[in-house]
Amino acid sequence: LSTADIISTVEFNYTGDLLATGDKGGRVVIFQREQETKSRPLSRGEYNVYSTFQSHEPEFDYLKSLEIEEKINKIRWLPQQNAAHFLLSTNDKTIKLWKISERDKRAEGYNLKDEDGRLREPFRVTELLVPTLKPMDLMVEASPRRTFANAHTYHINSISVNSDYATYLSADDLRINLWHLEVTNRSFNIVDIKPANMEELTEVITAAEFHPHQCNTFVYSSSKGTIRLCDMRSAALCDKHSKFFEEPEDPSSRSFFSEIISSISDVKFSHNGRYMMTRDYLSVKVWDLNMEKRPVETYQVHEYLRSKLCSLYENDCIFDKFECCWNGPDSTIMTGSYNNFFRTFERNTHRDTTLEASRESSKPRAILKPRKVCTTGKRKKDEITVDSLDFNKKILHTAWHPSENIIAVAATNNLYLFQEKIN
Amino acid sequence: MAAPLGTGAFTEDTGQEKQDTQEKDKGIPPERAEEAKLKAKYPNLGQKPGGSDFLMKRLQKGQKYFDSGDYNMAKAKMKNKQLPSAGPDKNLVTGDHIPTPQDLPQRKSSLVTSKLAG
Repeated sequence: LSTADIISTVEFNYTGDLLATGDKGGRVVIFQREQETKSRPLSRGEYNVYSTFQSHEPEFDYLKSLEIEEKINKIRWLPQQNAAHFLLSTNDKTIKLWKISERDKRAEGYNLKDEDGRLREPFRVTELLVPTLKPMDLMVEASPRRTFANAHTYHINSISVNSDYATYLSADDLRINLWHLEVTNRSFNIVDIKPANMEELTEVITAAEFHPHQCNTFVYSSSKGTIRLCDMRSAALCDKHSKFFEEPEDPSSRSFFSEIISSISDVKFSHNGRYMMTRDYLSVKVWDLNMEKRPVETYQVHEYLRSKLCSLYENDCIFDKFECCWNGPDSTIMTGSYNNFFRTFERNTHRDTTLEASRESSKPRAILKPRKVCTTGKRKKDEITVDSLDFNKKILHTAWHPSENIIAVAATNNLYLFQEKIN
Repeated sequence: MAAPLGTGAFTEDTGQEKQDTQEKDKGIPPERAEEAKLKAKYPNLGQKPGGSDFLMKRLQKGQKYFDSGDYNMAKAKMKNKQLPSAGPDKNLVTGDHIPTPQDLPQRKSSLVTSKLAG
C-alpha cells in the first residue's frame, strides 16, 4: 500500500457532474459523469477520469523546522461561471485555486513555425497564412491561478466558499481567516482563539463552514464538542459568537474519554440552511439553528465501540476524524465507520442502514447487502463481531451528489461510487 | 421529537464485577470500565482528562528537530558507540535522544500519478 494513494478528501461540484478527490500524495483526481448515449445505455451515470494533477508538493519550513505535508486536506468547488471549472484545494498551510479547462481546438497554419513547432527559416516564408482552428482530441488542462499562502501558523482543517462567490474562509486549529478569491497577498483574521499563554490552551477549532445562503454567517466547531455561530456583520473580529451550541453533559458519566470522543470532526449545514450536522467519535447530531441547548436528532454510528475505548485510545483510532454529509433534500445523512462500513440514517423514517465498501461486497451493478455488527454474545450468520472489525479500514470521507442518489465513498486508497437502483 | 437511536446500541453486559448488591442492576458503564483499564495500564496518565496534552501534540505536528552541533558533540562523547536511535515515533524527541541524520525523513521525491487516474 503506497501511502500517497490514501484518499484524504472527496467532493462533488455544484451540479454533481464532477467529483474531485485529493490524496496524501498531494494529487487531485477529477472524475466526470458520462452522458447517457444511445450506443452505451449502460453507462448511465458512470464517472470516468477527467483530469489529474499535482496540487501540492511536500515542503520544509527551514525557519520553523516544520515539515509541511502535501496531503490535500480539503477540496471545495466554486460555482461554475464560464466554460472552465474552478476549485480550491488546501494542504496544512497553503490554499490554491485551480482552473480546469478544456481544449478541443488547436490553431494550425502558423506563419513562423512548422506544424511540429520548429521555427521556419525566414527566407522560406513566402506567403502570409491565416491560421485556422481545427478540432483536436479533447485535452483537459489544470493550471494554478492563485496561491493563498503564509496566513496560517497552525494546520488548516477547513475551507469554505461563501455564498457571495467572492470570498472564502480557511480555518486552522486556532484561527479563521477570510479571503477574497482575487486577492492573495492579504487575508482578514475573523476568529482567533489562541490564548495569551499557551499553557491555558483548552480547545482547538476542528471545522468551519459558511452558511449556504447567508453570506454573513458561518459556524466553527471545537475539540470540546461545541459549535459557535458567528455573524460577520456584528464585528470585524468574530471572537464573540452569536450563538453557542452545546449539549449538556451528565457530569456523573464523565470519564477520561469524554472530551476526546465529544470532539467534533466535521460540521455541515443542511442544503436548506435551517439545520447543521456535527460528527463526533460515536455519533452524528442534527441541530436546529434556532435551538442552542441541544441537538434535535442524535444518531448512534457505532455505539458498540464505547466498550473498546481503551484499545481505541492506544491505537490512536479514537482520534480518527470522520466526516458526514447530507443528501440533496436533507432527508438522509451519511457517515463512515470502521471495517469499510458506512452508515446512512433516514431522518423521517428513523431507518438506518450499514453498508460496506469493499471489493468483495461490491460487484458492479450488484445491489449492496446491508451489514450488521453483532453486539450481543450470539452472533447470527452474516453478522460480524466487534472484535473482528478491521480498524485500519476506516471510511473517513464520503460525499453525496447534490441532487441525485449517487454517493462517493473513499475506502483508504479506493474510491467507490454507488447509485440508487432505478427499476 | 425524541432523539431516535440507530441500531448498534451497546449492551449492558460489560463482564465487570458488580461493586455491591445495590448496584447489581446498574453495572459499571462501559466508558468507566474502559477508563479503569487505561488507568491500570498507564498509572501516570495525565490528571486532566483528554485535553491539553493532545492539543499540544496536535499543534506540534510536523515539527522536526536536528541540531548538528548537538549531534556532533554527542557523537564525540559516545566515541565508537552508536548513538541511540529514535524509537518508533521518530517525531517525538524526548530525553537525551539526539536526532541523527538517519532519523530525519528523506525529502520525498516527485511524484507519480495517482493510481485512481488509471
